Amino acid sequence: MVRALAVVGALAVALAGCSSQGGANSANNNSGPAVGSAGGKQYTIAMVTHEAPGDSFWDKIRAGAQQAAKELNVNLKYSNNNDAGQQATLVQNAIDSKVDGLAVTLAYADQVGPAAQKAVEAKIPTVAFNSGISEYQKYGIGMYFGSDETLAGQSAGKKMTAGGKALCVIQEQGSVALEARCAGVKATYPNTENLQVTGTDIASVQQTIGAKLQQDPSITYVVTLGAPIALAALQAAQGASSKAKIVTFDLNADVANDIKAGTIEFSIDQQPYVQGYMAVQALWLNLTNGNDLGGGKPVLTGPSFVDKSNIDAIATYAANNTR
Amino acid sequence: MSSTVTTEKPPQPPSAGQTRAQRSLTARVLGRPEVGAFAAAVVIFIFFTAIAPPFHTVQGLSTVLYASSTIGLVAVAVSLLMIGGEFDLSAGVSVATAALAAAMISYQFSLNAWVGVVVSLLIALAIGFLNGYLVMRTGIPSFLITLSTFFVLQGVNLGVTKLVTGTVATTNIDKLDGFASAKALFASDLDLGFMTLKITVLWWLLFVAVATWVLLRTRVGNWIFAVGGNQDSARAVGVPVRRVKIGLFMGVAFMSWFLGMHLLFNFNSVQAGQGVGNEFIYIIAAVVGGALLTGGYGSAVGSALGAFIFGMVTQGIVFAGWDPNWFKAFLGAMLLLAVLVNLYVKNYASQRR
Repeated sequence: MVRALAVVGALAVALAGCSSQGGANSANNNSGPAVGSAGGKQYTIAMVTHEAPGDSFWDKIRAGAQQAAKELNVNLKYSNNNDAGQQATLVQNAIDSKVDGLAVTLAYADQVGPAAQKAVEAKIPTVAFNSGISEYQKYGIGMYFGSDETLAGQSAGKKMTAGGKALCVIQEQGSVALEARCAGVKATYPNTENLQVTGTDIASVQQTIGAKLQQDPSITYVVTLGAPIALAALQAAQGASSKAKIVTFDLNADVANDIKAGTIEFSIDQQPYVQGYMAVQALWLNLTNGNDLGGGKPVLTGPSFVDKSNIDAIATYAANNTR
Repeated sequence: MSSTVTTEKPPQPPSAGQTRAQRSLTARVLGRPEVGAFAAAVVIFIFFTAIAPPFHTVQGLSTVLYASSTIGLVAVAVSLLMIGGEFDLSAGVSVATAALAAAMISYQFSLNAWVGVVVSLLIALAIGFLNGYLVMRTGIPSFLITLSTFFVLQGVNLGVTKLVTGTVATTNIDKLDGFASAKALFASDLDLGFMTLKITVLWWLLFVAVATWVLLRTRVGNWIFAVGGNQDSARAVGVPVRRVKIGLFMGVAFMSWFLGMHLLFNFNSVQAGQGVGNEFIYIIAAVVGGALLTGGYGSAVGSALGAFIFGMVTQGIVFAGWDPNWFKAFLGAMLLLAVLVNLYVKNYASQRR
């Protein structure tokens, strides 16, 4: 199927209708960083997350984990389910299949934590990453790689200095992590109001933010919690002829361009690539060299700020899907 | 399309019909499917005008109309399909499918953006055809067939995007040749002097007008009502049931494609998870607008009113500045209000008759 598509595509390129600019052909084809590999025994590491399919943030976590696995000659088994019970079952599957190491996200600590504890008890080296910063130690897990959502929100609030009202846009109803970010912003920037939007319908995201900006002209900041939402907010602000500044969590190539152009103020990068990469790397070090990282404390991958001063270096990484 | 004798009520130009519903409640107007929705729309409009000041500004109205249009574009085709007695649960996801296909084809092969637009139209129509063909061929309820399509497309959207781009979103295509002209057609802002309007609003009104004309003035329109009312008798009197229904599914696919093109050219790139859940909003718009879940009854104008009600409520709640945590609860309550007004007016109407 893919090959057939490729053939059709090749023919189509040969025919009329080629674009002289802006396509894959004119983009620099970076093959990514050089791939090294560690010798010795190949370990199998299971990574079990609560990813809901189709989110660019998770994509970067996976990209980081895969890169580490490639470099270290690790056999990475990735699985995910956004349902707490099912994620716990996936952890149990990993234990049953006797993996050498386990990396797990604890967004649903109460349900998934006990399963992870079983892995620890079965002497499988286990790390927590991405979420569960305040719970991971309860289940006997020694290492954590991720960000502190509340801290990230607080630092964002501190960097917002213009005064006026801030709007914090939550694109997923009932998400603990997103609520924590907005609560963090509110802690350091008290004049903050939340807005709920439907992240799976990007047109309605733009419409709702636009409506809010029209309703309340005193809004000077729009804080979005994901890169695509930031771009919709940007359009909404332009449509509502609002002067509100856009601040966002996460990066992608388009957000990087907007930071460069100054249309987005800054991005709070949680470095998801590092979360995935470090989880695998730390397990490998533990398996091959008995190391553990963080001294019993969480290893924070964020918040790291991206603004006009450092965007030039980072934009290339964003385009490569590693930041 | 020669005009034929129709068993339907004499056609009414929709706008005239609605204003008359307000002035003199003639039985003919009250018999129209959209009369309840019209009353509900008026009530909701007055309600939000009273409590939310930005609602009745020109800019506010423009936002509401834009929100309505992105629902209404697909809802008009969905209502025709429902009049024809079928459902399409894949309508929301196929919006993303079309947009993803267009973006990836034109970017990956460095083609003119219009090539992606045309190829994705063919893909969308093929999906619509397949839906219709499978329903007619197997006799399995369309609810189940299109549920399968819904899941398959959801997986394909994600899988193929990941395979092709390495990420879960398409690459920005705004530098491609032909992007500007396609954007002008699908996603431009129209400056009307007193207000700026998204072009989707005009397309929406145009498609509603075309659908109304087809339903009320053409033989195909009669066929649609006939196949939705009673498929077997329709077939017995010579209505090409299979062609009509497959055509209706392709109509939904076409409108999904159209909305997909709007999303692509408005936002320059598409995320693979878009559109899930919207299929129900289209069905809701059609039903609020008077279409029966059992088929055979409904109108295109009704779907537009349903979409308008939905657009007013979603934006109105924001304009009113109500606690955002309760957004969905307000949304549900307002829709219930709309449906109740709808029902009340309809009952009143049938008693008058």
